[in-house]
Amino acid sequence: MLQINELHAGVENKKILKGVNLEIKPGEIHAIMGPNGSGKSTLSSVISGNENFEVTKGSVKFLDENISELGPEERAHRGIFLSFQYPVEIPGVSVTNFIKTAINENRKAQGLEDMPASEMLKLIKSKADLLEIDRKFLSRSLNEGFSGGEKKRNEIFQMAMLDPKLAILDETDSGLDIDALKIVANGVNKLKNKDNAVIVITHYQRLLDYIVPDFVHVLIDGKIVKSGTKELAYELEAKGYDWIKEELVS
Amino acid sequence: MNLKDKLVSSYLAFDDHLEDDSPIHEIRKKAIHTFEEKGFPTKKEEDWKYTSLKSILNKDYSVFPKGDKEVKFKKVRNYFLYDIDSYKLVFIDGVYSSFLSETTHDGLDICLLSAALSKSKYKAVIENYYNKAAAKNSISSLNTAFAREGAYINIPKNKEVEKPIEIINFSTGNESALMVQPRNLIVVGENAHVQIIERHQSLTANPVFTNSVTEIFAEKRAYLDYYKIQNDKENASLIDNTTIHQEQDSNCKVHSFSLGGKLTRNNLNFIQNGEHCESTLKGVTILKDKQHVDHNTLVKHNAPNCESHQDYKGLYADSSTGVFNGKVIVEKQAQKINAFQQNNNILIDDNATVNAKPQLEIFADDVKCSHGCTIGQFDEDALFYLRSRGIGLKEAQALLMYAFANTVLESVKIPELKRRINKLIANKIGVNIGFDI
Repeated sequence: MLQINELHAGVENKKILKGVNLEIKPGEIHAIMGPNGSGKSTLSSVISGNENFEVTKGSVKFLDENISELGPEERAHRGIFLSFQYPVEIPGVSVTNFIKTAINENRKAQGLEDMPASEMLKLIKSKADLLEIDRKFLSRSLNEGFSGGEKKRNEIFQMAMLDPKLAILDETDSGLDIDALKIVANGVNKLKNKDNAVIVITHYQRLLDYIVPDFVHVLIDGKIVKSGTKELAYELEAKGYDWIKEELVS
Repeated sequence: MNLKDKLVSSYLAFDDHLEDDSPIHEIRKKAIHTFEEKGFPTKKEEDWKYTSLKSILNKDYSVFPKGDKEVKFKKVRNYFLYDIDSYKLVFIDGVYSSFLSETTHDGLDICLLSAALSKSKYKAVIENYYNKAAAKNSISSLNTAFAREGAYINIPKNKEVEKPIEIINFSTGNESALMVQPRNLIVVGENAHVQIIERHQSLTANPVFTNSVTEIFAEKRAYLDYYKIQNDKENASLIDNTTIHQEQDSNCKVHSFSLGGKLTRNNLNFIQNGEHCESTLKGVTILKDKQHVDHNTLVKHNAPNCESHQDYKGLYADSSTGVFNGKVIVEKQAQKINAFQQNNNILIDDNATVNAKPQLEIFADDVKCSHGCTIGQFDEDALFYLRSRGIGLKEAQALLMYAFANTVLESVKIPELKRRINKLIANKIGVNIGFDI
């Protein structure tokens, strides 16, 4: 589904990713862990097409298509979704209107008519229920004045609405208390099936107790330096990252 | 002959036809004298620093166009908000069109200023109010000297006007260049309510220069909701001079939608004379090409315990320019005032310019005044966020523009007007998606 080859990327003159290789197949959950500043968020930004980052080398293929030249909306139309670490506040646009616009713009790209209003309402209701979101919440301005937990829940609500093929959860656990974390993880697990895939980016192993990965990758200084199964996450939690760095040096 | 000289000599000819004993005659004579002395404002004056009239003064305008022009309803229908559910005062090249208008004298007066100026039954109102609010500067004086026609609206005590009043000034383009000077007098009586929509609309690309003066008096507990639709053609320029005097417990709102025209200058003055007044001044400006809009607002707090809210949003593309010059004066006796002023601008292109100048003059010591002014570009993070959800760049920009203007749009109280403005804005920014925010 996703193939990343020798990816180098950065901002202006700063290199951040220095040769990332990663392959993800349908049905898989991959966790990417690593210390601060190792390039985790850059990787998610580059996959989803953030133009602030420049790809200097390598390629990103999604469903056998090179997507390096595609804009973020075109990647979204192909089924890539990014749950933001810091969702942007947009005063004046309600959650409902935003998601309606997003759904219909995606349909337009697929040559479909707008979704009928009744069908839209039903879909919104069922996905809001899945994430235990209050209806009142949906008429509020997008992310404006939301608590950290509300923002993340809203991200997963959007994911549920858009039903992507590949979801990247960038630090979705940060700012969540344990109850909210369970709701979010439960939502993700319910959306998971054999045809879609998830990348979970996190500092901590805690989230991985609820969203159980098939593979764990360690990103340090712009490179994936170690890959393994979920046991690797426990090891990292217990021992930190220094031992891997030492391994690398030796 | 330059325009000033032409106007001064035209006045002499005009004056010959006026009745000498009319009280208005003295007012006219004084006014033309002021204009002759001061002339058109130039950029040397602080209040006109960012707006030059040069490009509109160099045309040879007809000052007294021939009347008797009719325009087919079908041709202008789209400029009216309603076919029948509104009162209408329609002027064509400055001349009243009875055919397109719907006036009334049934329990309230919605009619012509020319009638009010000439008939004795209106004498008391004219003496009380006429030219009492209009500024005495050169540009308003020019209007005062020539003023012949416009709207006369007098809402008596406790009257709630059940449908909006539309004041529309069409110019036909029959003259190669036309100057019109509409003059409106509006008195909203004690505890009376009224909604008014004003628009100036040329029907061709011929140059039109409108110098309009509107005087409004809101008596105790009066409620006024006034909308200015400024979406004229590319060679139409407008200087709008509107002054509102407010008495105790009155609530007045003016929304200005400046979406077109060549040059627009809004001189909008609110004078609060009684306690517990509320004044709202809001505007959305969306410009492109070389369009220019200058919002010059004044709120003068003369009495305690009042509020004023200003919220102006501007979006500027291409080489368009905007000016916001907002002045708030709080007099010494005007304690416990809440005065807010907000002006936010987005420059869509590198060549667009905005000059913003908030001015607060506060002489009372127990007041709450705030002003905020921003000039920026689209928030790149917000654009990426929207695009990552599958919303295209243009649509994402449009959504942000809507959101940006929404604090002004949301307080439009006439649903049909709101729908029209939403549509106008969607056309302006070239998108076709059904936002209903």
